[in-house]
Formats: sequence, structure tokens, C-alpha cells
Amino acid sequence: MCRLVAITSDEYFSPVENILALETMKEGHDGSGMGLILKGLGGEFEELKDYPILSGICSKEGINKLDSYMDKIGFRLKYAWTPKTRHVKGIEARDYYFARVYDYPDVYRDRSQEDKEALLLKTRITLRKLGQDDESIIVFSFYPDIITLKEVGDPLQLGTFFGLDKSPLRAKIIFAQGRQNTNYAINLYACHPFFIQGYGTMTNGENTAFIPIREFLSSRGFPGYIGYNSDSEVFCHILHYICRRLGYPLFYYKDVITPLNDAEINMRPDSEAVRFLKMSLRPLCIDGPNCVIGFTPDGTCFMVQDAKKLRPGVVGGVAGKYGLMSEECGLDSAIPERDKSKDIFPMKYDMVIVRPGAGEVEVWNQLHG
Amino acid sequence: MEPATRLDNNHELSLHDFPYIIRWRDDRCKRCGRCTAVCPMFAIEPAVMVQRVLRSEGSLPEPKAVRRVVTIIKQSTDIGKYCTGCATCSLVCPNDAIEPEYNPRHKFIFHKNKGGHPYRRGGRRNSPGLSTLDRLRFTRISMLTDPALDAGRHEFRIRTYLGRILPAEELPVKVVGGRLEVDRKSGKFIPPVREIYPVMIGSMSIGALSPNMWEGLAMGVTYLNEVEGMPVVMCSGEGGMPRRLLKSRFIKYFIPQIASGYFGWDEIVRAIPDMIEDPCAIEIKYGQGAKPGDGGLLMAHKVLKLIAEIRGVPMGVDLPSPPTHQTKYSIEEAVAKMIQSMYMAWGFRVPVYPKISGSRTAKAVLNNLVRNPYAAALSIDGDDGGTGAAYNVSMDSMGHPIASNLRECYLDLVAQGKQNELPLIAAGGAGKRGNLAANAAALFMLGASAVSIGKYIMQAAAGCFGDEYNRCNVCNLGRCPRGITTQDPRLYRRLDPDVVAERVVEVFKSLDVELRKIFAPMGRSTELPIGMSDGISADDPAIAERLKISYVC
Ligand code: SF4
Ligand code: SF4
Repeated sequence: MCRLVAITSDEYFSPVENILALETMKEGHDGSGMGLILKGLGGEFEELKDYPILSGICSKEGINKLDSYMDKIGFRLKYAWTPKTRHVKGIEARDYYFARVYDYPDVYRDRSQEDKEALLLKTRITLRKLGQDDESIIVFSFYPDIITLKEVGDPLQLGTFFGLDKSPLRAKIIFAQGRQNTNYAINLYACHPFFIQGYGTMTNGENTAFIPIREFLSSRGFPGYIGYNSDSEVFCHILHYICRRLGYPLFYYKDVITPLNDAEINMRPDSEAVRFLKMSLRPLCIDGPNCVIGFTPDGTCFMVQDAKKLRPGVVGGVAGKYGLMSEECGLDSAIPERDKSKDIFPMKYDMVIVRPGAGEVEVWNQLHG
Repeated sequence: MEPATRLDNNHELSLHDFPYIIRWRDDRCKRCGRCTAVCPMFAIEPAVMVQRVLRSEGSLPEPKAVRRVVTIIKQSTDIGKYCTGCATCSLVCPNDAIEPEYNPRHKFIFHKNKGGHPYRRGGRRNSPGLSTLDRLRFTRISMLTDPALDAGRHEFRIRTYLGRILPAEELPVKVVGGRLEVDRKSGKFIPPVREIYPVMIGSMSIGALSPNMWEGLAMGVTYLNEVEGMPVVMCSGEGGMPRRLLKSRFIKYFIPQIASGYFGWDEIVRAIPDMIEDPCAIEIKYGQGAKPGDGGLLMAHKVLKLIAEIRGVPMGVDLPSPPTHQTKYSIEEAVAKMIQSMYMAWGFRVPVYPKISGSRTAKAVLNNLVRNPYAAALSIDGDDGGTGAAYNVSMDSMGHPIASNLRECYLDLVAQGKQNELPLIAAGGAGKRGNLAANAAALFMLGASAVSIGKYIMQAAAGCFGDEYNRCNVCNLGRCPRGITTQDPRLYRRLDPDVVAERVVEVFKSLDVELRKIFAPMGRSTELPIGMSDGISADDPAIAERLKISYVC
């Protein structure tokens, strides 16, 4: 089962911390890939928070295609970051890994945030399609203050490969996943964490309801709901659909993916609305043993799981730094100084929430609402 | 030597032309006469026969030929008195002396049209082969990243919705103080929706069914709801319901059906002011899978006092319902207007949905309903559905199998993003060979929100003899040997409504366990796996391709 390490902090830290935590869970991932999402960027990116960052991988031809397309649209390159890759045995280096900061096209300068985000999404999808057949362009995210890195290989080795141990790259929220390849061929688009318009998630467990969920999302008429090279990508899109498209507060995500039964709904102060949600969003019930760790655009991190999850994830830390992880050994590596007795293993009804700044942990109980 | 003319039995049928041949054992028969008394077809009768036997009575063998007259059981070769193979005779025989044997080379339907009247019968399509549903297997077993569930220990919710479901974008909710609240002022029509058990008892009318059978089913359904907490619902079929039930609090477990004959609706409409509960839903029948294009048909000999009262008609007349709703010009108009008027009758508190026979035009009806915000569901009845009376040709040759019809409709809804808004109810052949749980689960995974059963419950709860070898199937004649489809008190008093009710409860409870045994290994427990098409595979590539599922061998 995939291993998950999310750390949220009020200070910048290096993704190496996540990678070391993943390393402690080594028996659970098979080196078939690692994904990293950094949010709340420090260092050279701190000044560039308003500008979208395109994260991805290109071949030599791909980068030309990408440049000419971005040019055509009117995106102007402001800053380009590439990891200083090192040769590591077993990792096949691709031509060009990048996080490139762009300035919006002139015509978009005074447009609403909504319009800008729609443009970013459209651009990302077009680039994805441009490079899909020959794998010349792979793009993971195009959004302000977000960098995504993904590659096939063992997490620790990938850390060395990307030179992260030497890099000044820092962020306040970092999500990392060590992949265990299961149903699908190794494909970088199948690697967690997934991201769409400010929302990110990573998951472990089997998604038994994948097909109906995918069909439901794909038929919402929203251009971003595509991909699904991994069955786990739907968890991210559900989050986006609930919070952004429908505008519901975050905790309704739990109500939608793991709905209560009728008697339980009656205990809720908002029972009427919850009952409607259960009916109208019935195909989004995940009904599988999954643990989902996610973040929202404001930097709130959370963990939820289905009651069928036999081994729950864990949340723990100290004021100013919390980890949300699939295994406790990861927490021991990342935040050894914490009071372990305060670790939280979210149960059936719980949604564990850590707000930006990682001051404290809240547990929202679905039964009480 | 007898004259040749006496040997010429031309224009008579031989027993070998008949579908069932009675095997009667002289040595076992004690001549009690029970079999002949009970035979619904008068297919067997006591007869006498002259036998020549050799006898030797002395101490030395001195064989002598003697003639004696013996009584025997003789099978008729009159096509009107054909043996249906029901085996009621075997059932009552104290000595196992008689049983019908199927004759696969029979020529029954070549001859069963005396007087120019085509063969009419009850039952369903005589097609004993495997149905598509029986060729589907559940192949996605949770094995790798998480173990399968324990069917006995996990909390399972096997429920579904009946009613039009609003898309989330149209829900009248708003965020107030960080919580969602229902916006009372929005004025938005919120369609009524029921949470029900996903397998329901489909439309079989009082009239088609005997009072004891109907009562047994109704009691079973009520018990399941009241005692077992299983919200199983049942459709009345055309022809009304007993007034006592209409006015009782149990009406909420029933779905009155309105069909083209409008039989029984005088009574229902008159009862509305006295109803203390709303019915579960209203079904408008436009078609029936077993006999597409035909209306209901209740033969005169079944229209006795009780039926005449409930239906508001004189006794002893044939009650054919027209093939279509005569007061309406087109199905679009009919559907729209009827749905609306039915909604109005109960103050928009009761879901109203149409039932059609499986058809290549089902998608057109579906799309009409999609555009009608009041349509609560669509019930599609495939060609393996049953009926109390129809022409054999309609049953055997007309109609569309449910599997691909349902799948097509579901995928059409998916393409429009409406798959959760308009529930599809699949009927016609679920449990045809007894595998109800497997067939129902397969239908859910193909896209059905609910499954409706008829013949299955008649067989399982009341021991109906009918099968796909045309066994029995005299439901139309009012001579049902089990007392299921007859209005003759001498016959229906054979059927104990309490036993039927008990069986209904047993059937649903065991169905529930079997559904868990299917869903648990597939890792599903919270929601019905509607449209989980990666869970099933077909053993035939063409079926797999048509249903857009995988093929396994
Ligand atoms: S099987 Fe049925 S129809 Fe045939 S002889 Fe026996 S009782 Fe009559
Ligand atoms: S037992 Fe009754 S209901 Fe069943 S096939 Fe025979 S006549 Fe019809």
C-alpha cells in the first residue's frame, strides 16, 4: 500500500524531511515512484507568490513545443527552476525537470482570479495533451505557490537524484507519497499527490467505486476532471468539486465520501442538508478502505478515512509543526520531539484538520457536525 | 383382424405430440382417484381397459388366457386437455404412482390454435437457456491493497432511492455560519424521494393473483418493513387495492399502479381523502416486458365478486386493458400529463414513474423523462418478465432483453451526467434460474438503481410450478393448481397466506445475506454499487463488448 507523508509547519522546511519519513516506511512502498507537492514556498519563490508555477518534465523536443505554446498564449517566463540532478544508479534521468514561474498574458492582467485559474487549467490540459503521445511534455500543476515533482524510483534515491539534500528548496506544506504500484502500469500521471486548482490529495487503499465516481466526475462538464490514470485521482477532484464547484465547507467532503446512515444523519444539526447531499452525491461515496490526506487553497491540511480502513493513518506533532502520515514511524522520523500520547488516529467519524500555521489539531466529528 | 377403418386414427394427436407424457404405474396405483380430481386440465381420467392375462392356478402349470377389465389412468389426447406437466397429480398421489415426463420432441404449438384462437397462457418466455444475466460473474475481488470485507461483521447498507434526485448544483442549500442550511425561501420544488430496499416486488394485480396470494405477499412486505427493518416495497399491478389497505398506515409500503384500463382507480381516488399515509410511489404502466404492445388481460372466469368490487366492474366479463392509454395522444404527452396529474393527486408528495417494456426505443422514452423534472424513475421490464395472461407469440418472440437495454439507458444517462438523477428500475428475468442475488447485483453494476421481481417471488414464496419448459403456465385460465393465480375459492384456499408471507420474509432475508456475500468480497458496503461495471465480466466476448464490461474465460 502506498505510503503517505504530509508535513505542515509555520516555518519553511526541506522536502528531505518527508523523504526521510518515507524511508522509515520502506517496506510499504516498492520504489515504483514518488510524488512531492510543495505549497507555501520559501527561498527564491517567496517573492513570486502571485505568479503561476508550471511544474513538469519535458524532453528536448518537448521544451521547445512548450515554449512556443506558452509564447503563443502570451505567458511570459519570469523565473525557471530546475533541480540539480545527479546520476543515481537505477534512476533513468529525463531531459528536463522544471518549475517555471510565468507572468499572466497581458489580457489577463486585470481579469478575475476565477478567469485566471480557468486559463491556468486550460493551459495545463492543453500542454498535457500536446505531449501525451510521445511523453515529450508531462505537466503536473500550473498554479501559484505550488511545485510538483514526480519520478519513478525509490524516494531516498530520488531525493539524491533531484539534489534535494543540497537544494535550498523549502516550503511550509509538503506532501509526499511513496508509491506501491498496484493496478496500473507505471505512469507519472498515476503518481500521487494529485492537484487541481489549489486542492491536493494523496490516498492509499483500494478504490472500489472508481468507475462510477469517474463516470460521475467526467460527466460534470468541467474540463479539469480528466486523467484518472490512477483511481486515486478522483479523491482530489471530489474535493475540488465539493469545496470549489459547490462551495461547501470542507467537512462536507467527509459527508460526501463516507456518508452517514439515516439514523446517524438525524443526529446532525444540519441533517436536512446532509440528507440531500447523501442523495445528490451518492455516486461520490468512495465506499472503499481509503485514507485521504489533502490540502485546500488556504493551506488547511486534513485526513479522513473510510470505516473499512483497517489501519488508520496518524496525525501528530507539536505546535507549529504537524505531520499527517500513513504510518507512525514516519511521524517519529519527522517530529520525534512530539508527545506521542497525543497522536490522533482518525476513526470512522473523524476528520482531522490542521489549519495553516499548524498551531493545533482539530478533530471534526461527523456525528455531531 | 379388425377392419382397417378402425385403425385409422388420423386427425388425432398421439401422446408424443404432447409436451408432457404421464407415466402412470399400474403396480403402484391404488385407484384412489386423487390425481384425476386435482388435475387442472382434466388431462387424465379414470378409464377401463380390457387386459388379456395368462393365469395358472393349479399345482401344475396350466396357463390359461383370461380377459379382465381393469381401471386405469388414461391421458387425454385432446389438445384442450393437454397435460401441462404441473405435477399436481404427483403431489397428491399417496403411492408415487404418477408423474409427468417432459417430451422434448413435442409438437404442441403446431396444434394449440383450435378454432383459430392462438395459444394464450401465463408465465414467461419459454427459453430455458442461460440468460445474459446468468453469464455474468463478479470478478473484481479485493485482494491486494486491502482485504475483502467480512460479510458477517461489517455494517452493510443495502438501500436505494426511488424518486427524482436533484443534482447538487440545484439543491436549495446555502452556507450559513459555516454550515449548510436548506433554503426554505428558494421556492424550489424538491421532488419526493423514498429510501427503499433495492429489490422490490413488481406489479402483479389482485385479479391476476388470488386474494390469498396477494394478501400473503402484502403481509410479508409489511412484516419486512415493520419487524425486520427492511424497506421492501411492492407494486399493486393494475386493478386497484383493497380499500382497507388503502386507508391503512401500511399503504406506504405499496406502489399503486395505474394502467391503460384505469381499473381500480375509482376506488383509489375515492379513498384519497381518507388515507392516513401516502403510498410509496405511483407506477404508470405503459408496457410489460412479457407482452410488449399488449394491455393487461383478465379473463372473465377470474372476474369474481371481490375483483369486480375492487375494479368497479360487473362480474364475469373479460377485462382487457387497451395496449395504450387511450386518452392520450402520444407517449410524450401521456407521460408528462399523467405524471403531473398523479403528482397533483397527492399534493406532490409521492414519486410517480412510468414502467415500459424493454425496447430499442427505451432511450427515447428515457430522454423524455430526463427533461421532465417530475419523472421519478424509469422502470424497464425486459422480455424475460412474466405475465398472468398473454399470447404465446408475444411472450416467446416479442421484447428486448433487460441487460443491454438497461446498460444502454444507463450509459446514456452517464453521457448526460444524469445517472444519479433518474433511477432506473430493471425488471424481467431477475432470478430466472433462481440466482436472484447474483442477477440483481449484476443489474446494479450495469446501472440499475433497483430491481423488480415477479415470477421469482411466486416460485419462491408460493411454489409456482411454472418454468421455461412451459410447465403449468395456465395462470390465465383461473385454474392455478397452487392457488396463486385463480379467483376460485376451491383452488385458492389451498394457499395459506401466512405461509406465503413467511416465505417472502425468508426470501428477502436470505437475499440480503447473499447480496452481502457478493458485495463484501468486492469491498463494497456503504452504497449500492450502481454502475460498478468493472466488478463484472461476461463469459462471452460479444456480450462483454455490448455491455461494455470485461470478458473472462
Ligand atoms: S401433471 Fe398436472 S396437468 Fe398433467 S396430469 Fe398431472 S395434474 Fe394434470
Ligand atoms: S402454479 Fe399457478 S401461477 Fe404457477 S404457472 Fe401454474 S397456474 Fe401459473
